[in-house]
Amino acid sequence: MSRMTMIEAIRDAMDVMMGKNDDVVVFGEDVGYFGGVFRCTHGLQEKYGKNRCFDAPINESGIVGAAIGMAAYGLRPCVEVQFADYVYPAYDQIVSEAARLRYRSAGDFTAPITIRMPTGGGIFGGQTHSQSPEAVFTQVSGLKVVVPSNPADAKGLLISAIEDDDPVIYLEPKRLYNGPFDGHHDQPVTPWSKHEMGEVPDGYYNVPLGKAKVTREGADVTIIAYGTMVHVAEAAAKETGIDAEIIDLRCLLPLDEETIIASVKKTGRCVVVHEATLTSGFGAELLSRVQETCFYHLEAPIQRVTGWDTPYPHAQEWAYFPGPDRVSRALKQVMEA
Amino acid sequence: MSEKQRLHLHVPEPEFRPGDKPDFSNVTIPKAGSVRRPDVDVSPEEIRDLAYSIIRVLNRDGNAVGPWADLLSDDELIKGLRHMMTLRAFDARMMMAQRQGKTSFYMQHLGEEAVSTAFQCALEKGDMNFPTYRQAGLLLAQDYPMVKMMNQIYSNEEDPLKGRQLPIMYSEKEYGFFSISGNLGTQYIQAVGWAMASAIKNDTKIAAGWIGDGSTAESDFHAALVFASTYKAPVILNVVNNQWAISTFQGIAKGGSGTFAARGHGFGIPALRVDGNDYLAVYAVAKWAAERARLNLGPTMIEYVTYRAGGHSTSDDPAAYRPKEESDAWPLGDPIERLKLHLISKGVWSEERDLQTQAEIKDTVLAAQKEAESHGTLHSGGSPSAREMFEDVYKEMPPHLRRQRQEAGI
Repeated sequence: MSRMTMIEAIRDAMDVMMGKNDDVVVFGEDVGYFGGVFRCTHGLQEKYGKNRCFDAPINESGIVGAAIGMAAYGLRPCVEVQFADYVYPAYDQIVSEAARLRYRSAGDFTAPITIRMPTGGGIFGGQTHSQSPEAVFTQVSGLKVVVPSNPADAKGLLISAIEDDDPVIYLEPKRLYNGPFDGHHDQPVTPWSKHEMGEVPDGYYNVPLGKAKVTREGADVTIIAYGTMVHVAEAAAKETGIDAEIIDLRCLLPLDEETIIASVKKTGRCVVVHEATLTSGFGAELLSRVQETCFYHLEAPIQRVTGWDTPYPHAQEWAYFPGPDRVSRALKQVMEA
Repeated sequence: MSEKQRLHLHVPEPEFRPGDKPDFSNVTIPKAGSVRRPDVDVSPEEIRDLAYSIIRVLNRDGNAVGPWADLLSDDELIKGLRHMMTLRAFDARMMMAQRQGKTSFYMQHLGEEAVSTAFQCALEKGDMNFPTYRQAGLLLAQDYPMVKMMNQIYSNEEDPLKGRQLPIMYSEKEYGFFSISGNLGTQYIQAVGWAMASAIKNDTKIAAGWIGDGSTAESDFHAALVFASTYKAPVILNVVNNQWAISTFQGIAKGGSGTFAARGHGFGIPALRVDGNDYLAVYAVAKWAAERARLNLGPTMIEYVTYRAGGHSTSDDPAAYRPKEESDAWPLGDPIERLKLHLISKGVWSEERDLQTQAEIKDTVLAAQKEAESHGTLHSGGSPSAREMFEDVYKEMPPHLRRQRQEAGI
């Protein structure tokens, strides 16, 4: 076990996989010599050479398209898109190509690629460095979508993603890179190095894709969250004193419905939390599933706490971010209903 | 203060539209044999002019002339003729099958048969093409079983792609033929990625990307050129300029630039422009580019100047957007007739042998068609299981798909 930041854990996962399998290559904008704008690939070029870790031109469609070609050859590329906000030029390559290659060629060609990208706000990144675009990927058949909430999961999930034979969108909540941010932006964040959740197993291990984790057991209400919102939910549960059960989804597609259903049937109440915009957000899907499977166990309407349906603002960041106060309000509402 | 000039938008138009009499006499066609053949390690700056010319080998009399000639034996040329004739006969039968309602859609190669069939002969086993929908010659030039292609076209019970893909969107890894997308241009950058992988692994295999004149306007064309140039990828970047992108003439994609080949020079990529209806010239430039790639000299761009003599697909009528006579007026002739004339003038082919071969090929195609149809056509006979709809979305079927398959009752 070592204490690691989420950045170090992500880097360690790539290091472990590059050491284990020569077919793993890492590239993206600024990831080579410099080691990435968030330092996630720092040292990998030096260790594995320019053949295995290199800088790419600023062309996200090119990065993903080249990765698909490499995968068709037999490599296992793990590429970085510098910010999730920059992924849209690659959308066609992801949706029409990577996601469907196995299907359209009946398994003749496959695309075992991992596309990493920092997601979410909380760093004063404005509308082009703060978005949470997970829902534009969860609608795509053939993709897997992963969002870790702590260093140990980040490493184990990334190892699983790289080993997976299908394309994986790996979203890294950038506000969690250095510590478990709970939404209290006016208070200091405990760095991962001083937090028990900063403990990361050494060497190779994996966390399976498609398995959620109950991070807090409770009897009264189920909070479904992922990424940064897991910690926001935790703060809200503590502050309200409500006996909430928190599910960290870890993987949105495939979705671990079993864990969700078991929890909601037990608590009879449900709050869904995400940072992304409300309308057609992934929360809408979660609500539908809970309604379809747990309707007769529900004691109150399901609540959603999300970012507003506006672009992510700069100066008004904390008015936008769905912090613990908003989650607490929703918890009280479902408890009173 | 002087009055400001009002601006106006320029929308290019083709020279001829339906009702016009097509006249290409103002198009400069360099004489066969007149364009030099540089060494493969030439710097791109020294051959800029070749991106604006047209490399040709076969002259009007059917003789092979100049520095790009004499690379293929008589037997290889006869084989090439047979490949082109097979592709044309295959297309004719499948066009008819589509008209008969045996499949939903088809795309033929009429007039462009030399491009893919000759190119394939410059590749080696293990190399990988990333084709568009109009390069079936890459398969037929390797004597790929026609019945397998037809099974795909018919989406029947033997369809190797299990009924999931539009007709002619083949995939055949073993034959160096990447799965055809149907989205335009995406494969160009993928070809570069494949070539980069071969270089990363210090392999000896090379890749070939394919794109049409219209799709060069896609961003992925630019992505491919940047990546190929940056990493000196062992890839041949083919642009098939058949003059028409459905109803849109090539000038809409090309804009004010001189040629498509010239775009390569903006990226420091050597570029050749070749007579796409000249089997010998296509082979010669493909071989030149392949040698460069194999010697680690990096990418080459090739523009094939050809003409799409048929419609874009079975879904459009070219008479609605261009003069009917334009195809006949096209100055580069028909690739099959030109190679045939060459072989006859060499004394290794004859009209009689040609007719005999045509009949033979027709029989082979018909036999394949019969066999394919015994496994079903799109709307009748054997078809892929509906269960196949849920397979191969992922390597292992996740629970939500299993549930949906149960719900569908299959």
